[in-house]
Amino acid sequence: MDPLIFDLSTTPLREVNAALHAADLDGEIVREIVIDKPAGAHSVAVGLDAPVKVSVEGHVGYYAAGMNQQAEVVIAGNAGTGVAENMMSGTVVVRGNASQSAGATAHGGLLVIEGDAAARCGISMKGVDIVVGGNVGHSSAFMAQAGRLVVRGDAGEGLGDSIYETRIYVRGTVASLGADCVAKEMRAEHLEELAGLLKAAGFEGDDLSAYTRYGSARSLYHFHVDNTGAY
Amino acid sequence: MCGIVGLHLRNPELYPRLGELLADMLGEMQDRGADSAGVAVYGDPTWTPAGHGAVSLLELDLPAAEVAAAIGTSLGSPVDVRLLDATLLMTAPVTSEDLLAAARSAFPDALVAGFGADLAVLKGVGAPRDLAHEWGLAGAQGWQGVGHTRMATESAVTPSGAHPYAVGPEQCLVHNGSFSNHATIRRELRAAGVEFDSENDTEVGARFVAKALADGKDVEVALKELCATFDGFYTLLVSNRDSFAVVRDAIACKPAVIAETDDWVAMASEYRALAGLPGVENARIWEPEPEVVYAWTR
Repeated sequence: MDPLIFDLSTTPLREVNAALHAADLDGEIVREIVIDKPAGAHSVAVGLDAPVKVSVEGHVGYYAAGMNQQAEVVIAGNAGTGVAENMMSGTVVVRGNASQSAGATAHGGLLVIEGDAAARCGISMKGVDIVVGGNVGHSSAFMAQAGRLVVRGDAGEGLGDSIYETRIYVRGTVASLGADCVAKEMRAEHLEELAGLLKAAGFEGDDLSAYTRYGSARSLYHFHVDNTGAY
Repeated sequence: MCGIVGLHLRNPELYPRLGELLADMLGEMQDRGADSAGVAVYGDPTWTPAGHGAVSLLELDLPAAEVAAAIGTSLGSPVDVRLLDATLLMTAPVTSEDLLAAARSAFPDALVAGFGADLAVLKGVGAPRDLAHEWGLAGAQGWQGVGHTRMATESAVTPSGAHPYAVGPEQCLVHNGSFSNHATIRRELRAAGVEFDSENDTEVGARFVAKALADGKDVEVALKELCATFDGFYTLLVSNRDSFAVVRDAIACKPAVIAETDDWVAMASEYRALAGLPGVENARIWEPEPEVVYAWTR
């Protein structure tokens, strides 16, 4: 079947997103959708909830593919602030770089950023898996609650500050760890988990022994009786 | 919010298109705040003819001819004055410093928006697309331009609160964000003899940079000192006759995108402002790192 094609230089964004939200968009009649000439527009392909494949042919602005469910969205360019923020399920792939707060608060699905992600990647992530081909900026995985973050490059300052139960895997260097985030042992189940995440993201062949796992020391989020005086 | 844009042309074949490209970039940022706007254009042969000094004045509700006569008398030679929306742009075949002194002597209460041999600063209250139309920005030429559209947070919506802040010769600064310790630094600068036109936070940043440059520091040193001194959120674009520099604060929550080709360097708050630039599809595009000074010279 031919893909459904929208040209954002001639079709208003609201019309495109409304078509993507149509009740009859169930992945059976329409499977592939192409969005051309996004030119940095905000909120491209947000709020999808259908098993369709959306290809965005260029750079996008803020919140692209936000709140995604089920859909597979591929952005052939860079993404602005908050790509795939609050994603619930499905897959979002950014072929270029992502700006700050990529995958913020996302509950599920897979976010792949093939280039670099800027500051606050995976901030408050709640179950999403994020794989970054390059580096992540400062304060990434801040207050990260659940899910996995894989960084094939380096991480900026304050990685995993106030982290809960997200597991972080970093291949390169970490400029500094945030409060209560510590390096942890790579056990067999972690190597298996990492291999699966890299494979899902299309990055097979990495030397897994080069990765370090980081997670919560769990000294911050449990109430500690010695701190009673602070209240 | 607020939106900033800047375009530093390397290929002289693009000089005739500077105003057109800058107007489109600024218009694209209108959604980020549209209560006032301003531009700085370097090298337009009509606005700033070669061999002339230029001065931009605001908040002077008089006909251009009357202003030209008064400043001409003060200067002792003829002055050309044109009214572009609310900005009075004047030129004369003298240095911009001499012209500025004559303008200040004739109109001590006028607001100086900018001055230099090649620099035309235009600013006012209103939406950037409307103002750009009033200024005739699309017809302007030159090698470098900077623009700002404002969503006011730290001071009133007035011409004196609009960016750019062009407080030193050929210099210009635009800011997305807010400085939180500007009152303290303004007090210190005032104690050191620096005069201010407004209570605006960005003006303090511009005066700080201008003082550092006047003290003989280069723009990279000046911006590093600014990072060490100022508290708050900022993406800054600082231009001079021959330079173009970008810096962000350590938190880097205020957006910035830089794009570079052999023909130009451009920066904006968002990529969409750059999307119409010629050759952008092959540009190197990146987000500036926190507290790293990116600078280009020509």
